[in-house]
Amino acid sequence: MKIVVCMKQVPDTETKVRIGPDGKTIDPTDVNYVVNPYDEYAVEEALKIKEEKGDGEVTILTLGPDRAIKAIRTALAMGADKAIHLKTDDKYLDSYAVAAALAHELKDMEYDLILTGKQAVDDDAAQIGARLGALLDIPCATVVTKLTIEDSTFTANREVEGGVEIVEGSLPAVITAQKGLNEPRYASLKGIMMAKRKPLEEKEPQLDEEKLEILKMEYPPERKGGRIVGKGPEAVPELVRLLHEEAKVI
Amino acid sequence: MAGNVLVIAEQQGGKFKKAAYEVATAGRIIADQLGGEGTALVFGKEVSGIAAELGAYGVTKVLAAESDLFANYAPEGFVKVILAAIDKLKPEVVLFSATLQGKDLAPRVAAKLGVGLASDCTGLRVDNGKLIARRPVYAGKAIIQIAFKSMPQIASVRLKAFTPEVKEEGKKAPVENVTVNVDESEIKSRVKEFQETGGGKIDLTEADIIVSGGRGMKGPENFKMLEELADLLGAAVGASRAAVDAGWRPHSDQVGQTGKTVSPNLYMAIGISGAIQHLAGMGSSKVIIAINKDPEAPIFQKADYGIVADLFDAVPVLIEEVKKLKA
Ligand SMILES: Cc1cc2nc3c(=O)[nH]c(=O)nc-3n(C[C@H](O)[C@H](O)[C@H](O)COP(=O)(O)OP(=O)(O)OC[C@H]3O[C@@H](n4cnc5c(N)ncnc54)[C@H](O)[C@@H]3O)c2cc1C
Ligand SMILES: Nc1ncnc2c1ncn2[C@@H]1O[C@H](COP(=O)(O)O)[C@@H](O)[C@H]1O
Repeated sequence: MKIVVCMKQVPDTETKVRIGPDGKTIDPTDVNYVVNPYDEYAVEEALKIKEEKGDGEVTILTLGPDRAIKAIRTALAMGADKAIHLKTDDKYLDSYAVAAALAHELKDMEYDLILTGKQAVDDDAAQIGARLGALLDIPCATVVTKLTIEDSTFTANREVEGGVEIVEGSLPAVITAQKGLNEPRYASLKGIMMAKRKPLEEKEPQLDEEKLEILKMEYPPERKGGRIVGKGPEAVPELVRLLHEEAKVI
Repeated sequence: MAGNVLVIAEQQGGKFKKAAYEVATAGRIIADQLGGEGTALVFGKEVSGIAAELGAYGVTKVLAAESDLFANYAPEGFVKVILAAIDKLKPEVVLFSATLQGKDLAPRVAAKLGVGLASDCTGLRVDNGKLIARRPVYAGKAIIQIAFKSMPQIASVRLKAFTPEVKEEGKKAPVENVTVNVDESEIKSRVKEFQETGGGKIDLTEADIIVSGGRGMKGPENFKMLEELADLLGAAVGASRAAVDAGWRPHSDQVGQTGKTVSPNLYMAIGISGAIQHLAGMGSSKVIIAINKDPEAPIFQKADYGIVADLFDAVPVLIEEVKKLKA
């Protein structure tokens, strides 16, 4: 079983976003970059499948700038076998361009399964997985919380509004990972040591012209919170009155 | 035709989702600004009965894509029909709801057309005849405005970002049945089964009121209180990641950066500290209240109304007060 995990490096979720001087992207100073949280589930699932099947190979595929190497090393330390780093400048790329570049690379690769995160927590686009399915013309199930792989088919649970869809399809396929799929492992010290010797190929991506243009980036409107109605359960009737009469929400 | 907008309106079990009225409204507003017309496309096993309803929201025509194959979501089949509709209508704008289905479908359509897509938009407007989309990034810590360099301009709209607006009460739109030229073998990922979460539970992303509990709830059994409160208010119950990771609540209840993004009219944070990742998921709620015993908890900085109290004392009183109000 050959599995490719598309993984992105993103600012960690603690990051306090500061808008950069161009007014269109964030200021990267002091930002701590990590493996996209949903991609950790994707990596874990790939490793689990490989372990269950008793053979296979897990390849990490990342498009990103130099700094992305740190995230790639983390995934290799978790247990992935090798990695391909499609190197770019540190510039925003839209989902069209990223998916096209990843699909271009994937066309020359062998795979039975492609795993991605459901969403990258920087652009919050939630597009790449479904785009890859369409571009490669293979089945795709997004936002998956349970995955079973048979010889040449998959069964995936998707939690949608009002219920769970159980989706079936043939391999190769694209699956996008949602929280709940598994519990990602931590890299062991041995894993970290071994990661240094694992094959890591750097390549030039094929980048098409983008289809979206960011006009500007702004901060969301500030919330003026901080009004304490009172202390203890005695304050509750006043709270309910305010919600009913002032805020008119109940 | 110039200025036309195509919206994909979602239904389930023969009823339109709230999201369908929202996206129809968004489509009508954008079509008005572009000087064109709004057409809706709806999928299902039998939908021509309900399709005309969207006329009330200002949609001038509804395309009904009916097929046994569409009893459940059938991505490749839906994509094929949408591509055919786009080819015929030549819309300048195509809008999806940012539901799980819409978020799965829109990127596939965009990929097949080789165009851009602005996902999960909280605002849309027309400037100089071009669509400008507003959308949150970094879990709402920043908002970007986007223009398109490709046609059609495709966007998915976040739930509750547009308020459904009835233009003409009871107006029926003409319904046109579209030929569904899809063979079963073309549907590559089939929904084998749909397990409904019973009890008419309100979905977090659709709820007008959310009652959320965190680590302060101390255990799964105490969420019964929140469920009682939620029932009284017609609300949904949410949770912080701490409560989910402890196994007290299912993953689907998690609100936050790696959970659901919600923007109800009222969000109640009970025993939740207000970590940055939690705030990311609920910071755009209209009104936020917090009940926490720690006056220093960061949630109070975001809450419109806060009570510093032990939740085990405060919540039972809250339930009684709401009962009085509803009586
Ligand atoms: C990658 C990543 C992603 C994350 N994503 C999310 C996410 O999507 N959603 C999310 O919520 N978190 C997320 N987190 C976790 C987040 O950082 C916090 O750890 C989490 O939100 C804390 O949950 P909590 O407020 O319930 O618990 P705590 O921070 O432990 O707060 C509990 C609160 O309850 C109060 N309390 C205790 N007992 C009582 C009582 N008897 N009466 C009243 N108040 C009481 C305490 O004063 C405290 O303020 C993420 C973290 C990471 C690293
Ligand atoms: N630059 C990238 N390199 C590799 N994988 C990516 C990249 N961008 C996005 N992905 C994958 O696609 C998923 C969804 O990202 P997005 O569509 O940007 O929200 C991520 O969780 C990754 O698995």
